[in-house]
Amino acid sequence: MSSVTVTEAPNERELLLSTSPHLQSRWTTKQIMWFVVLALLPSVISAVLFFGFAQLLVIAIAVGFAVGTEALIQYLMKKPIAVSDGSAVITGLLLGLILPPHFSLVFTALGAIFAIGVGKMLFGGLGYNIFNPALVGRAFLQAAFPVAITTWTIPNFAVDTVSKATPLAALKFDGVVTGLSSMMYGNVGGSLGETSAIAVLIGGVFLIVTGVANWRIPAAMLVGVIVFGGGLWLIDSSYPTPLFHIFAGSFLFGAVFMATDYVSSPITNLGMWIYGICISLVLVLIRVFGGLPEGVMYSILFMNAFVPLINRYTRPRIFGEVKS
Amino acid sequence: MFKTFPGGVHPPEEKELSEHCAFEVMPLPASVILPLSQHLGKQAKPLVDKRATVARGQVVAEADGFISAPVHAPIMGTVKSIGRENNSNGYMKEALVIIPAKLKEDEEAPADVTMPPLDAETATPDEIRARVKEAGIVGQGGAAFPTFVKLNPPEGRELESVIINGCECEPYLTRDDRFMLERPDAIVSGLRLIMRALGVQKGIIGIENNKPDAIASMQKAVQGFDGLEVCALQTKYPQGAEKMLIKAVNGREVPPGKLPLDVGVVIQNIGTAVAVHDAVTKGEPSVTAALTVTGRGIRTPKNLIVPVGTPIKDVIEFCGGLTEDAGKVIVGGPMMGVAQYNLEAPVMKATSGIVVLTKEEVRAREETNCLRCGKCVDACPLHLLPTRLARLAELNRLEEAEEYGITVCMECGSCAFTCPANIPLVQWLRLGKQRVITMQRSRKADAA
Ligand code: SF4
Ligand code: SF4
Repeated sequence: MSSVTVTEAPNERELLLSTSPHLQSRWTTKQIMWFVVLALLPSVISAVLFFGFAQLLVIAIAVGFAVGTEALIQYLMKKPIAVSDGSAVITGLLLGLILPPHFSLVFTALGAIFAIGVGKMLFGGLGYNIFNPALVGRAFLQAAFPVAITTWTIPNFAVDTVSKATPLAALKFDGVVTGLSSMMYGNVGGSLGETSAIAVLIGGVFLIVTGVANWRIPAAMLVGVIVFGGGLWLIDSSYPTPLFHIFAGSFLFGAVFMATDYVSSPITNLGMWIYGICISLVLVLIRVFGGLPEGVMYSILFMNAFVPLINRYTRPRIFGEVKS
Repeated sequence: MFKTFPGGVHPPEEKELSEHCAFEVMPLPASVILPLSQHLGKQAKPLVDKRATVARGQVVAEADGFISAPVHAPIMGTVKSIGRENNSNGYMKEALVIIPAKLKEDEEAPADVTMPPLDAETATPDEIRARVKEAGIVGQGGAAFPTFVKLNPPEGRELESVIINGCECEPYLTRDDRFMLERPDAIVSGLRLIMRALGVQKGIIGIENNKPDAIASMQKAVQGFDGLEVCALQTKYPQGAEKMLIKAVNGREVPPGKLPLDVGVVIQNIGTAVAVHDAVTKGEPSVTAALTVTGRGIRTPKNLIVPVGTPIKDVIEFCGGLTEDAGKVIVGGPMMGVAQYNLEAPVMKATSGIVVLTKEEVRAREETNCLRCGKCVDACPLHLLPTRLARLAELNRLEEAEEYGITVCMECGSCAFTCPANIPLVQWLRLGKQRVITMQRSRKADAA
């Protein structure tokens, strides 16, 4: 906050001058970012647990290149280097955790560079990007290396019925239903940080209880998936159940860590509800009728594009105002 | 469930620093600086000349116009000068400086000037209004609106209730709390006088639930009076703002640009109720200020009654002085008060507190880009979009800012309090608001 320090002769003291409010909440940008990093740790641990220590390297490369790219671009543009705010660390972590196990380190690095360079800095840096940078990175990798990014490995502690494929792909292409408990623990095929629902939920509860993440978006996504997924399942029971929708694939990870990304989600409460419900609608449509088994990434990116519009049309009614 | 309004924030309360300190009366200062403009509206017109001897309670400046209030000498003494002096809002304002008179051996001090006491049970509405006007009482909540004007609503207004603002939602301050503990009957009497002046049957005292003793004390005091009640509210800032208090107490929303009057309510502060009681039943003019002096930057926090016009530095001295690490002196509460650079500035009628924060506590944080986290949107009690408005103000897109309701902002600071990016939202909003108002004026002028 802009402030002046004045030394007044009669008082012989330095008093700080700045305008009200003179108190501030404990939250700082940095603190929020590092809380998100903390919330991602259970998912990192589950990634190591189910896919081996080598996965730490994938995640480390993603984080390292994300931070490095941001610092380099800020340096080249002669802007203050602000990587200590932690936002690039988060992008790196998120990207690392949505990649398949044993993903090529070179591709990972490319993804991280693209995520920060195109997904974030091209728009003007923190606060100005329209799309979630980690998802931009992942979308780029999907387009550039479609085979590598859908090559899954059998996790540690796999039970017999678990195949290499993700539960969604198994259902979509082979009609195999994966058990709910496996999806809870995470000993199923899938991206590093997404397979363990428990790990994601621990992080999610932490973020919501501490007030870092707004609860409305995950709640709206849950409502949406139950309504749309459940509706289809009621019509035709060969479609996945709402519970399957929730626990399979990256729904939870997306709901907790991707859709709640401050910058690329709406700022109004009503907007958050609309945004979350629409993500689930698009998601269910892709999963059930689309050619792909998974749709979380696309549905969030798709709705990111509507956020400015949503913000505009959900301006809250000003206190005491009668809307005509 | 306690009643409240949606939105708002929970700053650290820090009431324990001074909540158990009973009011002390401060001894006379070496001089008082008496601003002629201690209220909203037109400054008062001086009636005395330099070197005049004045009695305590004597009118030294008369009200000038409808929205104005007279000023009385807070101490017996001699007028040393009339000129521009610093006041605690940071501006130079016309003020009288009075020093205690040196009396000769056989000379007798002029007696205090008071007005004839009235019977609180039989005083007529006109008498009450006249007395409040004569006594120079102004609202104690910060804005310092002349109280008499509020007791004179325009013809044809249907008024339903008087709400006494006992929220004291500003962190640190405990003066209203002390009043409710030490003078509950004066508050009830003041409330009943205000109700009679307005012809209203219902009186409510709204108190936040972080002051359970005050709630109990006031509940006891209203017993046996028809139409009076205590309303306990959930603690939250800025519940003391008029619009928020009405919403919390009876659920009504005062529309933008309208007054509490428009929804049938008049709000008065605790200190105002006490002042009305004292003026009517004891004939005392408004010559003292009750205030909390607190914060970790002051050695001995206190609740004080001081003569209006006492320099802030004397008050601080009386409370043991500043600590070594004092970093900021605020007049008013820490959410809406004004930081001081000149401690010679005086306490005014509406001064509710002096809060001294330590250097550690005021450590300025770095500003980062807006994260679009929406925390400011959640916090704004008026449902504005602070981040958007600040941005529009910064870009000077005034038409859009107007459309998004920038002029409604009451500068409560909830948004800036909550912002993790430490964006000076209130500064931008103030600037934008002023510019939009200027634009609206010139538009009006063009149309005329
Ligand atoms: S200062 Fe204005 S915009 Fe900010 S919270 Fe208060 S009323 Fe809302
Ligand atoms: S609280 Fe601060 S960072 Fe968050 S949206 Fe508002 S202005 Fe932006």
